[in-house]
Amino acid sequence: MAEKVLVKGNEALAEAAILSGCRHYFGYPITPQTEIAAYMAKRMPKIGGVFLQAESEVAAANMVFGAAGAGARALTSSSSPGISLKAEALSYIAGCDLPCVVVNIVRAGPGLGGIQPAQSDYFQATKGHGHGDYQMIVLAPSSVQEVIHLTADAFDLADLYRMPVMIIGDGMLGQMMEPVEFDLGKRREIPPKTWATTGTEMKREHNIINSLIMNPDDLEACVRERYKRYDYIKEHEAMAEEYLMDDADFMITAYGTTARIAKNAIAELRKQGIKAGLVRPITLWPFPEKIYQKYTDKVSAILSVEMSMGQMVDDVKLAVGGKVPVHFYGRTGGNVPYPDEIIQSVLKITGGDK
Amino acid sequence: MKNGKIILAGFGGQGILFAGKVLAYSGLKAEREVSWLPSYGPEMRGGTANCHVVISDTPVGSPIIPNPDILIAMNRPSLDKFEELVEKDGYVVYDSSLIDRPVKRTDIKAFPIPATQLALEAGLESLANMVIVGKVLKETGIYTLDEVQKGLEKSVPPTKAALLEKNIQAIKLGYEYEG
Repeated sequence: MAEKVLVKGNEALAEAAILSGCRHYFGYPITPQTEIAAYMAKRMPKIGGVFLQAESEVAAANMVFGAAGAGARALTSSSSPGISLKAEALSYIAGCDLPCVVVNIVRAGPGLGGIQPAQSDYFQATKGHGHGDYQMIVLAPSSVQEVIHLTADAFDLADLYRMPVMIIGDGMLGQMMEPVEFDLGKRREIPPKTWATTGTEMKREHNIINSLIMNPDDLEACVRERYKRYDYIKEHEAMAEEYLMDDADFMITAYGTTARIAKNAIAELRKQGIKAGLVRPITLWPFPEKIYQKYTDKVSAILSVEMSMGQMVDDVKLAVGGKVPVHFYGRTGGNVPYPDEIIQSVLKITGGDK
Repeated sequence: MKNGKIILAGFGGQGILFAGKVLAYSGLKAEREVSWLPSYGPEMRGGTANCHVVISDTPVGSPIIPNPDILIAMNRPSLDKFEELVEKDGYVVYDSSLIDRPVKRTDIKAFPIPATQLALEAGLESLANMVIVGKVLKETGIYTLDEVQKGLEKSVPPTKAALLEKNIQAIKLGYEYEG
């Protein structure tokens, strides 16, 4: 076992990307994820990779589009307002069935908002971003070690399913240091990129990367084909952590750093005799619906805790289909829900106060 | 005290984040679970650059600390901001060279130490942060001197290894300070 080192979430992500074979990073600085760009600027030239600070987020995301088309493992990262700017390119990348990884270290919004931690880009990540019928796989690490595992898996998932994968964190996760090992975890077998525009050498037909399909029937067929892949991903790739759920009669659900705070609240609630447990989605898309459905007969209620005005809570409601009451507690604007607030919120619910 | 939630706070440039890193690495070397979370952005320029260090036997939940067991305050705005948040029976260790008021609360343990002055007199300029770390070890027992030395060795980059000895000297200075 390698010796553990203390590393910031942002830097861990950058190093994990490099270890996963990423040699193309295109970015534009924005707090609280600039350490990713800074790390890439330092490391990429030393290993024959490309670090490029683009003139804007729009350009950076389109450079990823180009690199992905040539078959490279390409990465861009930003924070909320910057991700909005990248949305157009993400839609094109999805429309061209290209793999890439995009990181959103979320800050409070809307607009320029603030720079403190938030989860208010959940809708954007899982349902919105660019135009058109498409999805991205969205991974939400909760610790710096998990940042490393999920970054490696993000590149594999992107290549395997030929689609953009987003890693979503927040300023807390990006800035904090925790002990980690640079062990990438289980890797997947990736088929050769026969579709990449790497030059025909006059030996094969041209590969064409394109999202413009003018004939409605052709476009519909193309989108439907893509949705078959999405269905497969929903069936096979949804992930969640179940924490103290074995005997739980109350479920708290939260993702990312908020889930860690919820764990503190759960420890305290259990001392008070309330058997609370946690379901923490690791994939926000596909949403781990089946894991929620396992507990609809076992828990009296679910509380979704988020750093937003209530976004994931909608997916929780859809997952349980009205079989269990679903409540919400959130802070926004860069504020973080503290364990005491979560405990109060649970007590209000279990006390019969709906 | 072997586990703890520590907030370190002071001006940018006082080595607050570094002192926190030393405490976090000491925990890592002592096979405890740790997290280190800095304040970031313009808050750093408002006089209360701070970091949150959690040391625990079990995996760290919240890296953010609403109520610290130990507050290390290296300037007046930091003491003003965080004193109220310290857990009952918690510790406040503060630089009395720079903070011109006593701790107001009576339900917490306060340990003033003129860290900046002690460091200056000993020719250890800019190591008041380590002097105060020494005092924290002495009063709280969160680490042994040996444990924190191991943490320090991991925190100082190889290019600055020459500074290791001075850092250790500063920690001992704070540890041995009577007052």
